[in-house]
Amino acid sequence: MTQLATEERVVPRRGLLHRLDVKGSPYLYIAPFFLLFLGFGVFPLIFTAWVSLHDWSLLSEEHTWIGFGNYTKLFDDPAFWNALWNTVSIWVLSTVPQLLLALVLAHILNQRLRGQTFWRMSALIPNITSVAAVAIIFSQLFGRDYGLINWVIGLFGVDKVDWTANTWSSHVAVSTMIIWRWTGYNALIYLAAMQAVPKELYDSASLDGATSFQQLRKITVPAIRPTIIFTVIISTIGGMQVLAEPLLFGGNGLTGGSDRQFQTLALYLYEVAFGRFDFGYASASSWVMFLIIVIVAAINFGITSRLRRS
Amino acid sequence: MRRAFRRRPGKFTYLVLTAIAFFSFFPLYWSVVVASQDNSALGKMPPPVLLGGNLWFNLKRAFTMVPFEKALINSFLVAGSITLSVVLFSTLAGFAFAKLRFRGRNILLLSIIATMMVPTTLGIIPLYMLMAKIQWTGTIYAVIVPAMVNGFGVFFMTQYLSEAVPTELLEAGRVDGCSTIRLFWHVVLPAARPAAAVLGMLTFLTAWNDFFWPLVVLTPEDPTVQVVLSTLSAGRITDYSLALTGALIAILPLLVVFVVLGKQIIGGIMQGAVKG
Repeated sequence: MTQLATEERVVPRRGLLHRLDVKGSPYLYIAPFFLLFLGFGVFPLIFTAWVSLHDWSLLSEEHTWIGFGNYTKLFDDPAFWNALWNTVSIWVLSTVPQLLLALVLAHILNQRLRGQTFWRMSALIPNITSVAAVAIIFSQLFGRDYGLINWVIGLFGVDKVDWTANTWSSHVAVSTMIIWRWTGYNALIYLAAMQAVPKELYDSASLDGATSFQQLRKITVPAIRPTIIFTVIISTIGGMQVLAEPLLFGGNGLTGGSDRQFQTLALYLYEVAFGRFDFGYASASSWVMFLIIVIVAAINFGITSRLRRS
Repeated sequence: MRRAFRRRPGKFTYLVLTAIAFFSFFPLYWSVVVASQDNSALGKMPPPVLLGGNLWFNLKRAFTMVPFEKALINSFLVAGSITLSVVLFSTLAGFAFAKLRFRGRNILLLSIIATMMVPTTLGIIPLYMLMAKIQWTGTIYAVIVPAMVNGFGVFFMTQYLSEAVPTELLEAGRVDGCSTIRLFWHVVLPAARPAAAVLGMLTFLTAWNDFFWPLVVLTPEDPTVQVVLSTLSAGRITDYSLALTGALIAILPLLVVFVVLGKQIIGGIMQGAVKG
């Protein structure tokens, strides 16, 4: 790039048009991004903040200014705290096993395998399946009376579980959908990072008699730590926004079960906005949701950077 | 030859891999099974695990009970135009950021990367109000236009082009009196082709599978495929053979793409793709 600049000095005064082209055209090329993003990204974001300070129903023309009224209401709202708790619970239940499984899977895939492409493709198949389709398929599998999963655990003498009825069982079911869809994706991200680890490390470790699992723990995990941090943060942002799984698992019910036992934050937001048309309150919850994401990401970052130093 | 010490994976590894592949494929197989049964067969224990003869019947049912044809056309239009637009605009912007000098370049690129961190859910409500204002709710413009650019695409292309396009070639073009847009057309675009293909496929996947925003802004009469799925699973008692037939139709186009181009998609994700 510095060379481009010197070239301009070597060939000066090519005329106004040329200089305009060199100086101005870059802005033209990035303009579509910024115009569309300002219109449909930034403006709505700021507008939500404005709406959240009003009593703003879609059904009425009047929008009364109520300051932080929506926010204080939110903190006294048991349904909001319930949704927050469910979101965190589902996030932990899905992220921890998902990333551990992904690590192991990536470690297995990082060998000189026959049919490498086939194994990688089968790991990624779940991820290309749409979230709506996954939610519907798993809802059927988790059916109480005729679901395959209850039949299989029945073979081991376990009683039927009414998966949608209880908090823990519905969280497990929703987490299963997330784990199934994202494990292979994360495994491929890890695999990419693992391929940068010098092979000699593994060779000498095997010579010293280290088992495959020891190699994973002692060599691979420390080496790809930045990638692990990255996936934790990405999974957090995704986990805070889970919507389709609980929505479709409950047969399209906005409350996430009769007692809101698996209503997530995003689903609660959807219920407030498009079930009750209370846009002011919904905007306030979406800003709080954003703050929660930022806080959780910051905590993640703090913990992981401390880990890195130790 | 130190490499020789590395053990080749044994039978156990392949056993584990086969089990993983089984779990990956099983839900898809299962949706074919359910889609090929009638509902009375699904109400039996043990559940049927082999294909029944009702697939054709269920397919016809799916297409008559909900506007599936329309949904498929809409989904192709939406995902296709989003893909074209994202690839074109990302390549243009990526070229500017990777190879051209202009004031504010770094800060602008940084702000684009920052946009990747903002959760989409946050914008749903005001975006809906905006669409209502300009009377786009219920139309596929509402789904296409906001998705025509994204930070990830620009970032991805900037990364790729800064290495793939030799600066000397651009300089030579300049000396010959080439305008920037001609450089883009004749030098950058051909060099960008592999990355454009990967970005295009990832964008198509994401756009095809998008659920929340289309669900909010479209109507059940003029939906995308994912919105149709939510209609099919609604109600207290779901007609599962119908719902899973729908799921199957929604997955099938992507499955075809994936079987043909899976290797490139995997390559793209391993280059550091980020969840869309």
